[in-house]
Amino acid sequence: MILSVRQVVKKYQDHLALDHIDLEIPKGKIFGLLGPNGAGKTSLIRIINQITAPDFGQIIFDGEPLSAKHVDQIGYLPEERGLYKKMKVGDQLLYLAQLKGMSKSEAISKLKDWFIRLDIKDWWNKPVDDLSKGMQQKTQFIATVVHEPKLLILDEPFSGFDPINANMLKDEILAIKERGATILFSTHRMETVEELCDDIALINHSRVVLAGEKVEVQNRYKQHIFKIRYIGNLPHELGGVDILTVNGQSATLKLADGIRSNEVISQIITHVDLLEFQEIIPSFNDIFIQVVNETNSYE
Amino acid sequence: MNKILLIIQREYITRVLKKSFWISSLLAPVLITAIYAIPIWLAMKDKEVKRVEILDLSALWKKSDLLDKEVQFDFTTGKEQDLKMLFASKGYDAFVSIPKDVLTNPKGVHIYTAKNIGMSLKESVEKLIQNKARHELLLKAGISSQIYESTQVDIDSKTITVSTDGQETSSSSGGAMILAGIMGLVLYVTLLLYGSQVMNGVIEEKSSRIIEVIISSVKPYQLLLGKIIGVGLVGLTQFLLWIVLTFGLTQVTSKLYGEKEKNTLTQIKQIESTSPESVMSRSENESPMSEVTKVLESTNIPLIIAAFLFYFFVGYMLYSSLFAAIGSAVESATEAQQFTFIVMIPIILSFLMAQYTMQDPDSTIAFWASMIPFTSPINMMVRLPYGVPVWELILSMALLILGFLGCSWVSARIYRVGILMYGKKVTWKELGKWLFYKG
Repeated sequence: MILSVRQVVKKYQDHLALDHIDLEIPKGKIFGLLGPNGAGKTSLIRIINQITAPDFGQIIFDGEPLSAKHVDQIGYLPEERGLYKKMKVGDQLLYLAQLKGMSKSEAISKLKDWFIRLDIKDWWNKPVDDLSKGMQQKTQFIATVVHEPKLLILDEPFSGFDPINANMLKDEILAIKERGATILFSTHRMETVEELCDDIALINHSRVVLAGEKVEVQNRYKQHIFKIRYIGNLPHELGGVDILTVNGQSATLKLADGIRSNEVISQIITHVDLLEFQEIIPSFNDIFIQVVNETNSYE
Repeated sequence: MNKILLIIQREYITRVLKKSFWISSLLAPVLITAIYAIPIWLAMKDKEVKRVEILDLSALWKKSDLLDKEVQFDFTTGKEQDLKMLFASKGYDAFVSIPKDVLTNPKGVHIYTAKNIGMSLKESVEKLIQNKARHELLLKAGISSQIYESTQVDIDSKTITVSTDGQETSSSSGGAMILAGIMGLVLYVTLLLYGSQVMNGVIEEKSSRIIEVIISSVKPYQLLLGKIIGVGLVGLTQFLLWIVLTFGLTQVTSKLYGEKEKNTLTQIKQIESTSPESVMSRSENESPMSEVTKVLESTNIPLIIAAFLFYFFVGYMLYSSLFAAIGSAVESATEAQQFTFIVMIPIILSFLMAQYTMQDPDSTIAFWASMIPFTSPINMMVRLPYGVPVWELILSMALLILGFLGCSWVSARIYRVGILMYGKKVTWKELGKWLFYKG
């Protein structure tokens, strides 16, 4: 585990932002931290970044209690991000890299690599004011990763990115994962979760309401619904199966508890030529909405 | 520690590279030099000589009585009625008629002009006529001009400060006042100027949202401390530039004027000293520069400089930490205005109090003004050229340090909460609550 969050509590004046949060973030994976606005994601991220301290609980970073020396091993791209407008791109990145503990010469050589990699070689002396929004996002991304952190925390990284830059960012994130770093995503965008994340945790009302491996979580929320395509006439009744919809040569079926798909298939093929039999995996969007609604109704 | 140095470096370099820094660094010395050089230049400038026709019916005046740099007198004869119509066409600026009985009827002197003449021409004509008339009257009364001259005593007192152990230092209260005034003004301006620079820097970081990236690398207090020290060093650099440039520029102007200036100055003095009244006012006429020089000779310069640097830096740290706290609580400079007055009031108040302190540096008001941390930087610097007991100075410095520690504690607590607070209109009550938030 690169990061273990144990029983973390954070209270603000009038409300409980984090209520005994437990999270395990495995090394070398992409971890999605999900949750509606105001659930406590930013509070947790700020605690991991040591911007604020928890009122109770503990954070273990790479086997040691989280402390000031770990700051240099974490890279953080906040949701609300900015740069010094009057500073030149190169000077600014150099400054931010040095604040993360890099030496000047090391920072310069690493930054030059990044400038070549992202094809922005002639930006070094441009003031940030002159950059477009997409260019500023590239700059911010470099600032987040140049010191090669073990843990990369990205809060809604794709918000405001155009499709081309979003793709570039996705590729870079995967490349960074390849090098062994861990990435912690905080996001609302479920397509990102489905595409990139290995593990997820869902926070709602200051509590972790769902956590685990992406595939395992999806399996947990499977409703045994299958989609079939066929040639012929499907009977109105099938044993152990609820026919939800029929639409020409395709239909959706819900299997009763304990019924295996093989049993259903053997029934169907006696009536029709089966072309396709596929389980419908619940989307994270559905899971998200379902879990949030369930936990809200408990309150 | 290393990170604080980085922050100091950035804050310093970005500001020192700004155009506005160099403009203000250059403009102030140029203005000061101008204040010093323009009167000299005006005195040196060849003045236009006015021509005056004079009809002296009393026959008391001779050409030698009417010598003046700016006015040239030509005696004439004829009738006043005719002459007053003709002088302009002859190219004269004015025509003066002196009646026969001028000594008994001083109001009988008439000055005719084509245009409105300036006060200075009227005065110099009157002065020349008056000098001679007085001379004549004195002679008539049996007093020779030698006796008259010898009765013109020039009292120019020297103030000597006697300390309790009997040590004497000569001081000039006029000069001390000028020095005190300058230092008070410089402190007043710079506390406001650099304090608000710190505030604007904090607002910039907060409103551009870079703050969250920075404080994920350094602690908020490190950022705050680095910013305050960095901007403070910019202030010290500016002082240094002001001093060096002002000194350099005044030296250069003196060189440029060179010998000519000396001649003019002695000329002016000679002319002035020929008229008896000017002798009496001579001590007042001494240039402020020479007064300051006099004070500089009689005061402990290293002490003044050290104290000035101390009061600037600690006073600035105190105020700028408060300005930073305000900057952290708001999202724009306009929003900051509702809070800045509370920090600006003590600065303005101490400048107003300094006026009293300058009048009476040993009064109770002056004493307390130079002790209370918020008003002490300006007021103690104003008192210092007049001489201040050592224990008062030490007490005042200690209180200022305590005040700074107190203010920075309050500010740091507001700051660390404020920089992360967005979209909320902050009230005084809210700021009070932040003081007691946990990390």
